Amino acid sequence: MTSYRLASGGLVDRQSSLRFSFDGRSFAGYSGDSLASALLANGQRLAGRSFKYHRPRGILTAGAAEPNALVTVGRGGRTEPNTRATMQELYDGLEARSQNRWPSLGFDIGSLNGLLSPFLGAGFYYKTFMWPAHLWERLYEPFVRRAAGLGRATYEADPDTYEKCWAHCDLLVVGAGATGLAAALAAGRAGARVVLVDEHPIPGGGLLSDSATIDGIAAPDFARQAVAELATMPNVEVLVRTTAFGWYDDNVFGAVERVQKNIRQPSASAPVERLWRIVARRALLATGAEERPLVFGGNDRPGVMMASAARAYLNRYGVAFGRTAGVFTTNDAGYALARDLEAAGVDVAAVVDTRADTNFAWTGKARVIPGAFVSDALGGKSLSGIRVWKDGATETIAVDALAMSGGFNPVIHLACHRGGKPVWSDEHAAFLAPPRLKGLALAGAAAGRAGIAVCLEDGVAAAASILSELGFAARPAKLGEVAGDIVAGPTPPVWRVPGVTGKAFVDFQNDVTSKDIGLAVQEGYGHVELAKRYTTNGMATDQGKLSNVNAIGLLAEARGVSPAEIGTTTFRPFYTPVSFGALTGAAHGHHFQPARKSPLHGWAARHGARFVETGLWYRSSWFPRAGETTWRESVDREARNVRQNVGLCDVSMLGKIELCGADVAEFLNRVYCNAFAKLPVGKARYGLMLREDGMIFDDGTTSRIGESRFYMTTTTALAAGVMNHLEFCAQALWPELDVQLSSVTDEWAQMAVAGPKSRLVLQKIVDDDISNDAFPFLAAREVSLFGGQLHGRLFRISFSGELAYELAVPAGYGESVGDALMEAGQEHGIQPYGVEALTVLRIEKGHITHSEINGTVVPADLGLGRMVSSAKPDFIGKHMLSREGLTATDRPQLVGVEPLDPRTSFRSGAHILAKGAAATLENDQGYVTSSCFSPHVGSTIGLALVKRGAERHGEEILVWNGLRGEFTPGRLRDPVFLDPEGERLHA
Amino acid sequence: MLRVSRRPKFVRYSALSVFLNGLSGNANWRPAWRTPQPKPHYDVVIVGGGGHGLATAYYLAKEFGVTNVAVVEKGYLGSGNVGRNTTIIRSNYLLDGNNPFYELSMKLWEGLEQDFNFNAMVSQRGVLNLYHSDAQRDAFTRRGNAMRLHGVDAELLDRDAVRRMLPFLDFDNARFPIQGGLLQPRGGTVRHDAVAWGYARGADMRGVDVIQECEVTGIRRENGDAVGVETSKGFIGCGKLALAAAGNSSRVAEMAGLRLPIESHVLQAFVSEGLKPFIDCVVTFGAGHFYVSQSDKGGLVFGGDLDGYNSYAQRGNLAAVEHVVEAGKAMIPALSRVRLLRSWGGVVDMSMDGSPIIDRTPVGNLYLNAGWCYGGFKATPASGFCFAHLIARNEPHPTTRQMRLDRFARGRVIDERGAGAQPNLH
Amino acid sequence: MASLVPCPHCGSRPKEEFTIKGAALRRPAPDAPADAWLRYVYERANPRGRHEEYWHHTSGCRRWLVVTRDTASHEIEACRDAALTSAGGRA
Repeated sequence: MTSYRLASGGLVDRQSSLRFSFDGRSFAGYSGDSLASALLANGQRLAGRSFKYHRPRGILTAGAAEPNALVTVGRGGRTEPNTRATMQELYDGLEARSQNRWPSLGFDIGSLNGLLSPFLGAGFYYKTFMWPAHLWERLYEPFVRRAAGLGRATYEADPDTYEKCWAHCDLLVVGAGATGLAAALAAGRAGARVVLVDEHPIPGGGLLSDSATIDGIAAPDFARQAVAELATMPNVEVLVRTTAFGWYDDNVFGAVERVQKNIRQPSASAPVERLWRIVARRALLATGAEERPLVFGGNDRPGVMMASAARAYLNRYGVAFGRTAGVFTTNDAGYALARDLEAAGVDVAAVVDTRADTNFAWTGKARVIPGAFVSDALGGKSLSGIRVWKDGATETIAVDALAMSGGFNPVIHLACHRGGKPVWSDEHAAFLAPPRLKGLALAGAAAGRAGIAVCLEDGVAAAASILSELGFAARPAKLGEVAGDIVAGPTPPVWRVPGVTGKAFVDFQNDVTSKDIGLAVQEGYGHVELAKRYTTNGMATDQGKLSNVNAIGLLAEARGVSPAEIGTTTFRPFYTPVSFGALTGAAHGHHFQPARKSPLHGWAARHGARFVETGLWYRSSWFPRAGETTWRESVDREARNVRQNVGLCDVSMLGKIELCGADVAEFLNRVYCNAFAKLPVGKARYGLMLREDGMIFDDGTTSRIGESRFYMTTTTALAAGVMNHLEFCAQALWPELDVQLSSVTDEWAQMAVAGPKSRLVLQKIVDDDISNDAFPFLAAREVSLFGGQLHGRLFRISFSGELAYELAVPAGYGESVGDALMEAGQEHGIQPYGVEALTVLRIEKGHITHSEINGTVVPADLGLGRMVSSAKPDFIGKHMLSREGLTATDRPQLVGVEPLDPRTSFRSGAHILAKGAAATLENDQGYVTSSCFSPHVGSTIGLALVKRGAERHGEEILVWNGLRGEFTPGRLRDPVFLDPEGERLHA
Repeated sequence: MLRVSRRPKFVRYSALSVFLNGLSGNANWRPAWRTPQPKPHYDVVIVGGGGHGLATAYYLAKEFGVTNVAVVEKGYLGSGNVGRNTTIIRSNYLLDGNNPFYELSMKLWEGLEQDFNFNAMVSQRGVLNLYHSDAQRDAFTRRGNAMRLHGVDAELLDRDAVRRMLPFLDFDNARFPIQGGLLQPRGGTVRHDAVAWGYARGADMRGVDVIQECEVTGIRRENGDAVGVETSKGFIGCGKLALAAAGNSSRVAEMAGLRLPIESHVLQAFVSEGLKPFIDCVVTFGAGHFYVSQSDKGGLVFGGDLDGYNSYAQRGNLAAVEHVVEAGKAMIPALSRVRLLRSWGGVVDMSMDGSPIIDRTPVGNLYLNAGWCYGGFKATPASGFCFAHLIARNEPHPTTRQMRLDRFARGRVIDERGAGAQPNLH
Repeated sequence: MASLVPCPHCGSRPKEEFTIKGAALRRPAPDAPADAWLRYVYERANPRGRHEEYWHHTSGCRRWLVVTRDTASHEIEACRDAALTSAGGRA
C-alpha cells in the first residue's frame, strides 16, 4: 500500500514509529497520529460499513463528529466497540477491527441491501413484516437485529479501574482552541480559578491544523506557548483528553477524562477514565464550529471528506487525503484547504464553488469553477471522479479525493442541555445558542464568529466580561497579529444540490438520504421531531452533529419555510458517548454498595456463621456444625436449643436511636399509635408506628433509661427510614418539643440471650440482680458487668417467646462480651443462633416482621387493633385510620396456616384459596407471608394475611402455589403456634 | 368520467404496498393522517395527543362507534411519554386492581399491529425480574402466583436457570448475588413512537381529527359541566371532555378546578451506542434501580429510578444518571466499556399510591385518565380501550373498577409496593 | 438546583446527600375535619413553577429543610431550616 504521508510537516513525531493492526493487517504510524490519520497515511480509506445499506465508508472527519470510521479496539475485557478512529490516539500495539460487515470489510454481503433501497425507504419497516403475526419474533426481527447494530461488545468483565472526582472553579472553559486559550489566559492572569478542558490530547483546537501565523509564530506553536504559560499558573488546571459531556442544573458540568486510553496496557495504579463533576461559577463554551457536509450524490464515497478534516490531516498529521483532490465549497474554507494542499504538493484539480459571485482572490494553480455544484461523486469503494453541474451542464473531473464544506454550525450542544432552544440566525446561516443563559456564555466560532484574530479577541472579551461579573480585575492583554488566515465567514447555505443522480446522504451512519427526508414530509412526519423519529436522522452515534442542520434545511425547503420555523430537535447529554465504566467509578462488583458488618461479625465468623446479605448488612444466617449436611439441620438444632437451653443471637443490626429531652415521652406518644406518655423509667414497651395514611410503618421497642432519656430499637430494614421520619417529626412538625435524636446503631453491640437458661447464663456476667422479681418481663435498665468493668443496657424482651434478654454493650466490647457469654453458657448448652432460627422462633409465636408489615396493613389487620389508642388526640396516622376501606370487614387479617398432612409443606408467597374454589384471581383469599419448618410443631407452619382471617380459624383451605406446581391442603388457625398464654416469657 | 377517489391509492400498509410504491419511487405514499383545523364542536374532545389519548380516540371510533372526536395536542404527535419511555410491555402485576387491566393491555398488544395495520414491532422477548434475597423471592412468588391465578404467564427461575439464560450477569463477584428471577415470557418491548403513529393513523382513517400544536389554555364550564376547551386555535366545544395528559394532568385538571392526588416527576431514560445483539430479553435488577433491553436498532435502552423531585422539565441530573449506571454495571460487568449515547427525561404523573386513575370526575362531562407513574406505556392499549369504554358507556370497564379518583378518600388505594402516600417512593 | 442544594447549615452540597419528601404542607390540627386531612395526605397542588418542599440533609447535618424551588427551571429561590419556618410547625 502506498504512503500518503508527506515527507515533512505535521505535529507527529517521526522519530517514534508505532505498530498497529487493522482487521489483522499490520501497519505503522507515528506518535501523535490518530488511528484515522495513521490509516489514511497507509492508504487505508475504507474504514467501515454503513448501518442499513452496508455501503463502503471512509473517514469523513478528524474529530468527535465522525459517523463512519467506527472501529472496535482492544481485546478481551478491554474490547471497545464503536470507537471513532478519529478520536483514538495511536499507540504501539493498537488492535482495531472494522464493524458491521460480513464476511469482510472489502466484500460485504449486506451491501446487497443497496439494491433493495427503493423498498427500504424511511420507515418502510412500519408498513410491513406484519403478516403472519407470529413471524415477527421468529423470522423478521431476528434478521433485522442481526443486520442492525454496529460493533460487538464483549461479555468479559473490564479489568481496569475508574474514578470520580469533583472540581470547583470560577470559570470553566470548554475547548482549548484560539478562543478558549485566549479566555483561559485572560482569566488565569487575573487570578481566577480556571479549569480548561479539551477533548483532544493536545490543546490548540483548530490552531493545530492551521497554516496561519500569530505574531510570526506558527499557529500550533502559539498554542503550545499559551499552554506553557497556563501550566505555570497554580490557579489554572488544563485537562486534556477530557470531554465536557453535559451541562446540568446549578452550572454543574459532567466531563470525562480519558486517562489511559492511549496505551495498550493501562497501569493499575491509575484509572483508565475519570469522571469529573465540575461546579463552575461561570462557564465559557469555546467549542468551535462543526463543518456542514454537502448533500450530493455519492457524498459518502470513501475519499470524500470534510474540508476542515482534510486540512487537519494535512497540517496536523502530515497526511495527504488524496493525490488529486477536488474541493466543493460554499465558502472560503475550501480555498484555505486548496492553498495548503498545493503548498504541500498535492494536486488540486478543481475548486467547485457554489457561489456564482465568489470574489475570493485565488492565486493558486487549481481551476476555480464558480456557481457550480458537485452533483455526484463517482467510483466504487473509492472515489474516482466527480460530476460537476453548472447551469444544467455537467462535466466529469477525475479526482481521488474530494473535500466539501457547506458552511459551519457553531457547536452549541452543551448550551442547550437545560431546556433552552437554539435560534436560527440568517446572518450566520446557522443555529446559535439559546439567548439569556445563566452562568454560561459562548465565544469564538461557537458563537458564530470566524477567523483566528476574531476568536482570540472574542475569547479575551468574553473572559473580561465574566471576570468583571465575578469581581476580578482583568489585565489588558495584547492580542497577537494574525497573518495568513483565510477567514471563512458565513455564506448562504446550500441544502439541496442540483443535478444529483445518486444517493445523497444526510445522515451518513444511519443511511438517511435527502429522499427519505422528503418522504417524511410527504407522509405527514414533517415536524422536525417526527422526521427525526421516522427517518432516524440524527439518531446515530454522532447524534446528528453533521446531519441535523442539513435535515432541518431540507425540511424547511420541502415545507417552504425558514429553518427558524422548523427549529431543532432537542440537544441532550451526552455530547459524545460516555462509558458505563466512567459513570460508575469505583462503585462496582463488591463495591457496588458499602458493606455493613456488625460489631459481632468476627465473633459470628469464628463460630462458623454463614452470612447473608440483608440490605447493606451481612447477617449470620445459621451456624453449621460438623456432620450437618443441610442448612435445615442446623436451623432446627439452633431453634430447638433456644427452646430447651439457651441461645445467643447477634441483633446489632436493629436500628437503635437514643432520644433525649424533656418532651420525649410526649413525642413518642405522637409517633407511636399506642400510649407512651406514662412509660416508667426502667421499662421497655413494644410500639407500633404508623404512616400518616394509617398503614403500619415499623415496630420495635422503646425503653425509658432515664426520666428524659429513651432508647428505641427499630427493624433492621427501616432503621434509616425511621430515623429520618423521627427527625422530620421533631424538626418539621413539632419543633416546639424538646427532643434530641441520635442514631446509635453503630455504637452498640446487641445480643439476644434467649431460652429457659438465659437468666442463669446472664447472671454470671451481670453484677445486678436479674431474678424475675428484680428484673421482670419488660424491665430495661443499665447494668454493671464483670464486676463493674463494663456497663451495658439490659432489656427483658423476647422475640422468641422464651425467657429472653437483649444485652447491649459498647460496640468495641461486642466480641469479648459474646465470648464471655459463650463461656458462661457452656455448662447450660448455649449455642449461637442465626437469623434463620430467629425466624422459626418468631413464626412459632406469631410475631410479625416486614413480611407481614407490608405497607398495606393497619394494626387491626395484624390483630393489634387494641394497641391503637383512642384516647390520644393525635398521633401520626390517626386521622386516616377511620376511612371505610381501612375498617371494612373484608380486609386481610393475620392467621396461622398449617398443612393438613404434616408431611406436606408450602412456601411463602403461596396464595390461599377456599377449599374447592376455582383458582382465579376473584377467588384469591390472601397469601402466605412467612413460613418455615417448625421443629416444635413438627411440620411446616406459616403466617398468612387472609380475608376475614380472624374469624376463619379452623377452616380448611388450599395453599396454592401454581408457580411451583405445589397445592397443599391446609387449615387456618390462630397465628400463635406455641405457648399461647405466654407463660415461658414470664418464667 | 371516473370519480376521483378520496382514498389514497395504497392506504393499507403491506409488503405489497411497499413493493408497488417502491417501484414508483415512493411518490404515491399519502400522509399518514390529515392536518385538520378544529371544528366548532365535537361529541368528544380528548386533551393529549400521546399514546393514551390517541388510543382512546382510536377505540372510541373503532369499538364504540364514536367518530365525531378531536384529539388536541399542544406539541407534535406523541411528544410526551409515549416517545420517551424504555418501550417495555409486561403484565406482571400483583394486585387485583391492576393485574386484569394490564393483562387486557397485553392481549391488545398481541393483536395490535394487525388491528391498526402498522408495524409497531411488538416483540415478546420476555421480561425477567431478578431477585437477590429470600424476601424478594417470596415477594416474587406472591406476585407470580397472583399472575397465575389470573392466567398470566409467570415462571420462577432459580439461579442456574437465570445463568443459562443470561450467563453474563454478575453471578460470581456481586455485592448482592443473584438468586433467581421471575420471568414473564410474554413481556417484551414495542417500538414506542410507532404506537402513537399507528393509533393516530387508525383514528384519522375513522374520522377522528388529530390536531397538533393546539394547546389547551382553559376548560369552559356551564352549570358545573365541562362544555369545551379554550385552545391556541380557538374555542372547541364538546359533549364530553376527556383528559389524557399524563405528566401535566394536574395543570389541565386545575383548569376545571380539580386538585389531583398526583405529583409530576422527571424520569430519565438512556440509550447506548448501537451494538450487535447483546441481550435478548428485558432484565430488571433487583438490588438497584436498573432495567434494560436492546432495541432492534442495536442500542441498549435502559432506565432506573426517578430523580426524586417534582419537575416539569423533561430533563434530569447527573446524580441520577450515575445511580442508574452503577446499578447497570453491577448487574452486567461487561457493560463497563459500552458507552451511553443519549439520556433524556420524561415528566410522569406520580400518583399517591403508584396506580393510575381512569374515572369520571366531580365535574360533569369531564373524564380523567391520569396517574400512570412510569407504567403508562405498557398500559396504552388498555388505557385507551377502557377510557373509551368509560366515555362511550359512562360506566367503567370491568378491569378499571378500582382505578377510581375517590379511592384515597375511601381508603381503597391500589398500592403495589406498599410505599404509602409519597409519590417518589412508588 | 437539583444538582446542588444550598443547605443553610452546610453550604452548597450535592443533591445526592439529600432525601426528598415532597410538598411542604402544614399538618392540620388534630381536630381538623376529615377532608382537611385528606387534602394533607393525598392532594397536591403540583404547580409548574414555585414549589415549597421538604428536603432532608441525610448525609450531612441531618436537618429537614424547606426548599423553595421552581419545578420548571429547577432554580432554588430559598432554603431554610424546617424548624424555623411556619410551613410545618403547628402555628
